[in-house]
Amino acid sequence: MTKPEKLLFILFSAILVISCTTDDEEEGGPETGFDREALLANWADNIIIPSFENVTGATLDLEEETQKFTQEPTIANLNALRESFKEGYILFQTVSVFSIGKAEEINYRARLNTYPADASGINAKINSGEFNLELPSSFDEQGFPALDYLINGLADTDDEIVGIFNSDPNAEFYKNYLNELSENINSLSREVLIDWKSGYRDTFVSNTSSSRTGSVDRLTNEYIKYYEKFLRSGKIGIPSGIFTGNPVPENVEAFYADALSKDLYLKALETVQNFFNGKHFNSSQNGLSFKHYLEYQNSIKGGEELEDLINAQFDAIRNQATSLSPDFVQQVKSNNNMMLEAFDELQKNVVLLKVDMMQALSLSVDYVDSDGD
Amino acid sequence: MVKKLSTYLNKQTEAAPLAVFRILFGFMMFLSIVRFWLNGWIEKLYIEPNFHFSYYGFDWIKPLGNFTYLIFLLCALAALMVAVGYKYRVAIIVFFLSFTYIELMDKTTYLNHYYFISIVSFLLIFLPANAYFSLDAFRSREKAFQMIPRWCIDSIKALLFVVYFYAGLAKLNSDWLLEAMPLKIWLPSNYDLPLMGNLLEQEWVHYIFSWSGMIYDLSIPFLLLYKPARTFAFAMVVVFHLLTRILFPIGMFPYIMIVSALVFFDAGLHHKILNIIARVFSVSKNIFDNKRQLYFSSPRKQITLSVLTVFFAIQFLFPWRYMLYPGELFWTEEGFRFSWRVMLIEKAGYAQFKIVDGETGNRFYVDNSDFLTPFQEKQMATQPDFIIEYAQYLADHFKKDGHQNIEVYVESFVALNGRKSAPYFNPEINLLSLQDSFQHNKNILPFNDTIQGL
Repeated sequence: MTKPEKLLFILFSAILVISCTTDDEEEGGPETGFDREALLANWADNIIIPSFENVTGATLDLEEETQKFTQEPTIANLNALRESFKEGYILFQTVSVFSIGKAEEINYRARLNTYPADASGINAKINSGEFNLELPSSFDEQGFPALDYLINGLADTDDEIVGIFNSDPNAEFYKNYLNELSENINSLSREVLIDWKSGYRDTFVSNTSSSRTGSVDRLTNEYIKYYEKFLRSGKIGIPSGIFTGNPVPENVEAFYADALSKDLYLKALETVQNFFNGKHFNSSQNGLSFKHYLEYQNSIKGGEELEDLINAQFDAIRNQATSLSPDFVQQVKSNNNMMLEAFDELQKNVVLLKVDMMQALSLSVDYVDSDGD
Repeated sequence: MVKKLSTYLNKQTEAAPLAVFRILFGFMMFLSIVRFWLNGWIEKLYIEPNFHFSYYGFDWIKPLGNFTYLIFLLCALAALMVAVGYKYRVAIIVFFLSFTYIELMDKTTYLNHYYFISIVSFLLIFLPANAYFSLDAFRSREKAFQMIPRWCIDSIKALLFVVYFYAGLAKLNSDWLLEAMPLKIWLPSNYDLPLMGNLLEQEWVHYIFSWSGMIYDLSIPFLLLYKPARTFAFAMVVVFHLLTRILFPIGMFPYIMIVSALVFFDAGLHHKILNIIARVFSVSKNIFDNKRQLYFSSPRKQITLSVLTVFFAIQFLFPWRYMLYPGELFWTEEGFRFSWRVMLIEKAGYAQFKIVDGETGNRFYVDNSDFLTPFQEKQMATQPDFIIEYAQYLADHFKKDGHQNIEVYVESFVALNGRKSAPYFNPEINLLSLQDSFQHNKNILPFNDTIQGL
């Protein structure tokens, strides 16, 4: 080595040594990093799996009530089925967001809740007696929306609906189809739950990788996509015609049911906010989630308290919802501006979640994995 | 002064460093294109999207459907020909044109690296990189020279100098040095790296990286030029670029820079490298060591030197054009590209477009995912020229759908270097009344903060 080289070498080595010793001193201090495995474990053990357990209880009940009704189509059994349907549909909102693992693989959300249901397609399938619910083209002929059509939308009065299941020439086909729908809802939900409990939980929790395939990155992207596309656009934006200028009441979720749409919206909203805060399912306890991840990142960056802004906005959205009609079909028809207002409130959190939170967490919105600078 | 310059311009030097540069550059380019192809990026970036963002004045350059593959094929072949030095002049011109065409097809994919490759290949058009250890020189002894004018090699050094030094200057700002931004955002996301992971979540590490990155960029060109420090400097180049390769998704660029830095070494090293290559391919290197000196004919020399003078004047001055614009450069990005502002800002945005019927007042929002890839949407949301171009495209689209009296508005938010997102573009202005130009865009909303420095 030449003299100047030696000097430089010593200089850089010195920096290196100083760096390392400083590190030793700080070990065990408060800055030991965020425990992503604990975050994932909280999501899986205290939120996702209990939610699915709860849902499968309701979908089992739905399947049983459906069988009861098809064995004995009476108005009383129809109403019991409707209650079970309501319960199942509402609880489905607590798991719809978790499109990861088995749920993603089997298109769980699409198979249970693609709306509006294709009524004429359903009628055609029933009348032919042949159908394959596995096909993507039949996603809008199954799940809760199709069930909604069959138990609430087949005719104007309950007598007529029950009449179809009793005395229509194709009554057997109607019963079969209805049974098949409920069975599917239940078995698909079970399939997802069983997968979580038989190994996927550990795969999910241990995948703390920072890459795009890491669990944090994947589920965060799913979460934001759900909020933007399925909650904001699906439940509010599309029926109110925000992307076309023409409101379409038929696009409201649970279109045929009596005033169910707002309950579904509120449940989805609650789920999204609870997940953000890491709130355990059906409990007042909280565990690690985005909120704490953001708090941790703020402690490094000294940024704004984003988690408070996001929570405040969730509250504002819920507040706005109190002035919405329980039936969004009515709301779209009578005063669509209220729906547009709801959209605007939801929109504010799209920005905070998709822009600010993603930046703060240094996660990237799923896009083409090209090189950066 | 003039005399000094003229003696300098007549100085001769070994051609070996330029030959090594040509071989490695050509080879790296070939690999880069193959990698790009195998990653499926041609399809994803240039064939799948319905719409492409054009550079100002280059809207006539578009992907050519499946023929786009042909351009890449042509480019890859040209790169190989450059590497072996076969029909070099034609090859490097074809490479420059095809590569630049690819880059101009869609500015969504703009990277400083690609710009670097475009201008290096432009420079190489004028240099006798095939004089030594090339198929051209092998086939025609007339064209073989062991010695070439020294300025030929110095011009490549000068370009590398500009790249590093300007990248260093760009880091002299308060976000980078005083806030350690955006490294504070980026580094912790490597928390799962072995050994380093936990360190990368420490604030002081972010500062060390920021400051050493700045010092590295500013000092490395000098250290590479200064012979006693050269070996050390090269070791730093290797460490630095490999580190960036580990920490950030930056593809082939680190390797290209490492290889390029070899040009600073004396010819002895390059002869050794060529000897190895010669042995591997069992060709004789001796036949190229003919002691012949290449002198440019007077008109050719004049033209070449004039072109290079203009070229370097542009390189030195163009990055400073941002000073002609008001407002914060990182916010407006007016004068941001083509200036070696590498890995300098973390910007994310969201843009919601509204189509309004100017007569009835009927309005609706646009679902960007109907028209743009997520990558395009990300780039569009934070850059004003993208926003204006996209609005025009939307208007054309909805006109075809039968909409009338179309006006387009945008509500947009941008977060820069960890600041809370803020409104970005004037939501009251009909975007169709705007045109992309080099003028300052008055509709970019003010950045409510200051970033000190260059």
